[in-house]
Amino acid sequence: MTSLRPIILLVVSNLKTFLREPEAIFWTYVFPLLMVIGLGIAFSSSTGQSIWFDAIEGEAADRIVSALQDNPSFQVIVNSEKVAFARLRKNRTPVVVGPSDEGGYAYYFDTSNPEARAAQAVIDDALQRAAGRKDAFPAKEVIIETPGSRYVDFLVPGLIGMNLMGGGMWGIGYVLVDMRIKKLLKRLLATPLRRSHFLLSVVGTRLVFFIPEVFFLLIFAHLIFDVPIRGSVLAITAMSFLGSLAFAGLGLLSASRAQRIETISGIMNVIMLPMWLFSGIFFTSERFPGFLQPMIQALPLTQLNNGLRAIILEGDSLFSQVLPISILLAWSAVTFVLALRWFRWG
Amino acid sequence: MEVLPNLACVGSSLLNLFWSQRCRTYHAPPVVAWPDSGQNELFTFSMDHAIVCRNLYKRHQDGNKVVDALNGLNLVVRSGECFGLLGPNGAGKTTTVEILEGLLPPTSGEVEILGCRWGTGQDQQLRERIGITLQETRFQEKLKVWEILELFRSFYTQAMTTEQAIATVALEEKEDSWVRDLSGGQRQRLAVATALIGEPELLFLDEPTTGLDPQARRRLWDVIRDLRERGRTVLITTHYMDEAEKLCDRVAVVDQGKVMAEGSPNQLISQLGGEHIIEFSLETNGANGLQPHDFLALPAVIRAVKEAEGFLLTVTQPHLAIPAVLELVDRRNGKLNSLTTRHANLEDVFVSLTGRFLRDD
Repeated sequence: MTSLRPIILLVVSNLKTFLREPEAIFWTYVFPLLMVIGLGIAFSSSTGQSIWFDAIEGEAADRIVSALQDNPSFQVIVNSEKVAFARLRKNRTPVVVGPSDEGGYAYYFDTSNPEARAAQAVIDDALQRAAGRKDAFPAKEVIIETPGSRYVDFLVPGLIGMNLMGGGMWGIGYVLVDMRIKKLLKRLLATPLRRSHFLLSVVGTRLVFFIPEVFFLLIFAHLIFDVPIRGSVLAITAMSFLGSLAFAGLGLLSASRAQRIETISGIMNVIMLPMWLFSGIFFTSERFPGFLQPMIQALPLTQLNNGLRAIILEGDSLFSQVLPISILLAWSAVTFVLALRWFRWG
Repeated sequence: MEVLPNLACVGSSLLNLFWSQRCRTYHAPPVVAWPDSGQNELFTFSMDHAIVCRNLYKRHQDGNKVVDALNGLNLVVRSGECFGLLGPNGAGKTTTVEILEGLLPPTSGEVEILGCRWGTGQDQQLRERIGITLQETRFQEKLKVWEILELFRSFYTQAMTTEQAIATVALEEKEDSWVRDLSGGQRQRLAVATALIGEPELLFLDEPTTGLDPQARRRLWDVIRDLRERGRTVLITTHYMDEAEKLCDRVAVVDQGKVMAEGSPNQLISQLGGEHIIEFSLETNGANGLQPHDFLALPAVIRAVKEAEGFLLTVTQPHLAIPAVLELVDRRNGKLNSLTTRHANLEDVFVSLTGRFLRDD
């Protein structure tokens, strides 16, 4: 068992160094949490929000205010004509309502703005009804807000994926280049420690770290925002493990030759930027045009996010995630082989 | 699942045993006579030699320039001695030790360390038997002294305890401190501790005292002397001649990738022909026109070099040389500003070999 002792001690040393670095803890644990809280609050209150619009002061505005004052869906802001149109131009209000020559109301809005269009239709509807229009048939509104389909539910697995990517890339890429600059890699090379054991310990450290990273965020989101955890813990762990492995490989590859911190930061940003954009962290990657889709689907983070969403939100089993698993494994294999071939110690 | 690592472990220890036996009992042919490169020692493989290297060349590309860091360097370090590589910065000392340590491949040349050669499948076993400090290693700032030593200890199959290593370099007080809180000298001693924790037969210390204050240097000297007394072979590089004189049994003066001279400090100094140095300066307004060769004609003067404000003479017998010097200066209407005499040192050896001063670099 003596042959495993160096690996264990190296992993323990890495863990200690990490835990003694308050900044690292902030960026790994606190920052993603703040992002969930911020984005969760910003987007969770969007349903049931009342519509704000401007009315041009005068007799028509008085009629509008009295017609809608008992309707909680509307907030009427009465302004002079000049102020109201200025607000419309600056997009501070979606619609301005004023009197029309035919005795009714005139709606001023930008037809290319879908939010304004919808607001205009709802406002007109409410005003017509207030003026006595009868509906042709009774319409019933059913508001749906089930956990799992809200924005925050979409967001949390994406943030977990992003966190695994950042952790893998920085946790390995940065640490290795830092050790190379400090000549620690060279110093270790001069001991009987096997190179493979050293690299194993670096990757092993990441594989110890990903578990708290994933579940800390997930449990928090579950408790605060009621984000569902429908899949099994084992499936979530396994999918996160595969993601961590792929990003560990990418981190190792990025760090294989870099001699300076500036170089490794640049390399990693170039690798991570397309994934931040395309891999569906904040919005679904299906929004991008079809010709980009093959590239997008080949990115490891896209597949990790897809896999995590399917397991966490839909309760899918691990084995149904064939595409994410195979693409993540392919990334791991290719990056590890190349990294080991190119790795520079001195 | 438990069986696999066990098997791997047993397998690798058997292999270890095999290689280490093979390595330790390596019998060199009685005399492989390398051509003597004008130095005293025959370049032979022998159990008495911890390090033998012959005709080392190292060429590397630096931008568009081709740099020849080593130009046919030869070296023999005997078992149990403290050997110093002395030379100015850029002389090729670090390149040499890194080649000897197996961290850098030479462009050409042969290296034999403890009877083994790098890259012949024995590297792992050889690494068990040597300890090194690099010119600069920065350990993780937020690990404690004992944690770093415990880690390095785990790399060796035979090692002293962490406590012993800490005691050897007298770091007991700082055992529980983070590396961040160590002084330069303490960091250097920690580096030495990581080098000797595996009970190495051969230690490489690359400029261990550079940048340390005099007190920290002397403490490290004590550590190195102690190692030598315990029978370890030590190869140390330095550009401090006093360090080489005080610590080393033998030194090699290195300049421009070559060994200029090799021997004990006393031997090298006595090879100057004279063991005394007279340094003096003259008042500049006296138009005396004195040149070094004027002094060479005087009794007991072996060598004369012009310094910034005066002359440096190597002499065999000061009591003959000094009166003659005074008489000559007087005759030329020169006026002495100062005159000092001292014993010759390795600095003077370096000056006589290269025409340059060590301390200028």
